[in-house]
Amino acid sequence: MSILAILEQRAGAWHRMSWETLAAAQQLGAELGQPVSAAVAGGDVAGLAGELAAKQLEHVYAVEHGLLQDYTADGYAAALQQLIAAAKPQIVLFPHTYQVRDFAPKLATALGRVLVSDVVAHRVEGGELVLVRQLFQGKMNVDVRFAGEAPWLASAQAGAYRADKVVTGSASVEKFAPELSAAAIRTKPLELFRESQRAVDLTAAEIIVSVGRGIKEAENIPVVQKLAEALGAELAASRPICDNGWLPMERQVGSSGQTVSPKLYLAVGISGAIQHLVGMKGSKTIVAINKDPEAPIFEVADYGIVGDLFQIVPALVEEIKKAKG
Amino acid sequence: MKIVVCLKQVPSRDSVLRVDASRAWVQEADLSYEINEPDAYALEEGLQLKEKHGGEVVVLCAGPARAAQTIREALAKGADRALHIEEENLGAFDPLSLARLMAAALAAEKPDLVLTGLQSDDLGYGQTGVILAEVLGLPHATIIMQVEKQDGTIRVKRELEDGWFQHVEMPLPALLTIQSGINKLRYATLMGIKKAKTKEVKRLTAAELAVKPEASIRFTRVYLPEKTKKTQILEGSPKEAAAKLVEKLKFEARIL
Repeated sequence: MSILAILEQRAGAWHRMSWETLAAAQQLGAELGQPVSAAVAGGDVAGLAGELAAKQLEHVYAVEHGLLQDYTADGYAAALQQLIAAAKPQIVLFPHTYQVRDFAPKLATALGRVLVSDVVAHRVEGGELVLVRQLFQGKMNVDVRFAGEAPWLASAQAGAYRADKVVTGSASVEKFAPELSAAAIRTKPLELFRESQRAVDLTAAEIIVSVGRGIKEAENIPVVQKLAEALGAELAASRPICDNGWLPMERQVGSSGQTVSPKLYLAVGISGAIQHLVGMKGSKTIVAINKDPEAPIFEVADYGIVGDLFQIVPALVEEIKKAKG
Repeated sequence: MKIVVCLKQVPSRDSVLRVDASRAWVQEADLSYEINEPDAYALEEGLQLKEKHGGEVVVLCAGPARAAQTIREALAKGADRALHIEEENLGAFDPLSLARLMAAALAAEKPDLVLTGLQSDDLGYGQTGVILAEVLGLPHATIIMQVEKQDGTIRVKRELEDGWFQHVEMPLPALLTIQSGINKLRYATLMGIKKAKTKEVKRLTAAELAVKPEASIRFTRVYLPEKTKKTQILEGSPKEAAAKLVEKLKFEARIL
């Protein structure tokens, strides 16, 4: 019985969540008394596999094939299915990245299994693994157990495990050459691109006022705009506000937008879905203003005001002006 | 082009969630329901593709009797007809057996394109679309922000992380999971609501489709998340709370 961490790279650079997943796998290995191996797939991953060779691992698998140079779900799922068949791990861990969301459920289905996606924590109870997931956009948690046969597959949420806990050591690198055919890869990946040069660099802001669904209408944006002005802050938003075109996409904070860690992050009318939290939970001080006392944003807030933002924000603008003289 | 759009009915965002007596789910009596938001964008994308290229939009929904309301709303917005897999206890189906159920319902349909939302707001697996693609043997792409139909193929814009995107081409038939914000949602018109009453809703059951529930993963306990951070809640009137916050930011956090 063993644990396999399947890590992610693009164009020869690690995805930052790879180390979190490796740390999670090592932690599980220590708790369950199982050896841990790691795999990375691509066209040429010798350099990356070499880095893994300096970690405490049993095997490092360099999964290499010309058809894995550019990511496709068909190519990755087929290659990793062959690796799993050869390595026979009991538990397979992935980082819950956009790429993993694209291929891991397909891989699990091909194996006749169900991936437990977006895991935030785990514990071992009587030798049995219990995974913790979020439900209802983070408003509830659920304990999940595997009921079927191994391999068991799970992906870990960004920030759920700490990359700096990875244990160093030494391991030998094994090349794994999957059998792939170009005809079996049905999608054709084209260029990667960014929409436009970002005119707004939220990552440089010291204070950010961020607005969410609670603002209700585009016409109400000036309510928070005034607060941003009073604080000398950049104005940002959660995804639905940008989806609706109420603020430009470049002001979006979260997994699909910018990741920020200002001195002060003031979340107004933002419930705090995980996609938003991953983009701002590193902020030094977090303030949340929300009508729902159970909103997940209060999980990460230092200070909270529960109530109607349309009353609280104008009052706050007045108080800030007074304080600033 | 025959387009199938998969819809899920989920508890509405403002629902008050309480753990039920079994501790394995929430009290359903407290809940009101609505269409899963990403699925609403998938429906809109299907309707827009039909308007541009012709064809038919068929809604597929697995849910208890109450899901009929969400199906009616989709028909009122312009979907042509619907398949309702009516099951009261869908919780017994894990995502794989649920996808098998959906695939069985689509066996006679032969769609050119299947659209789903990228994830559900209640369970949040973000997997049903991809699993369904594999069960149906279709190529797929996830988190899609644009769909262009070409001759026998489609070109889509995939959202990646940190503001990156990628174009991907694939043959039809295919399955796409749609990201919220890909388009602007429409409202149902009065005419649409009237017409919806005459549109076909075909009811199917798991027994008819000969798919059994499977539970390769089990929910053993549902609970409120424990607080990891101690939040100071500032009470009082809006003015009092605002004054307290400024005080804290000035003297405790030392930001102002």
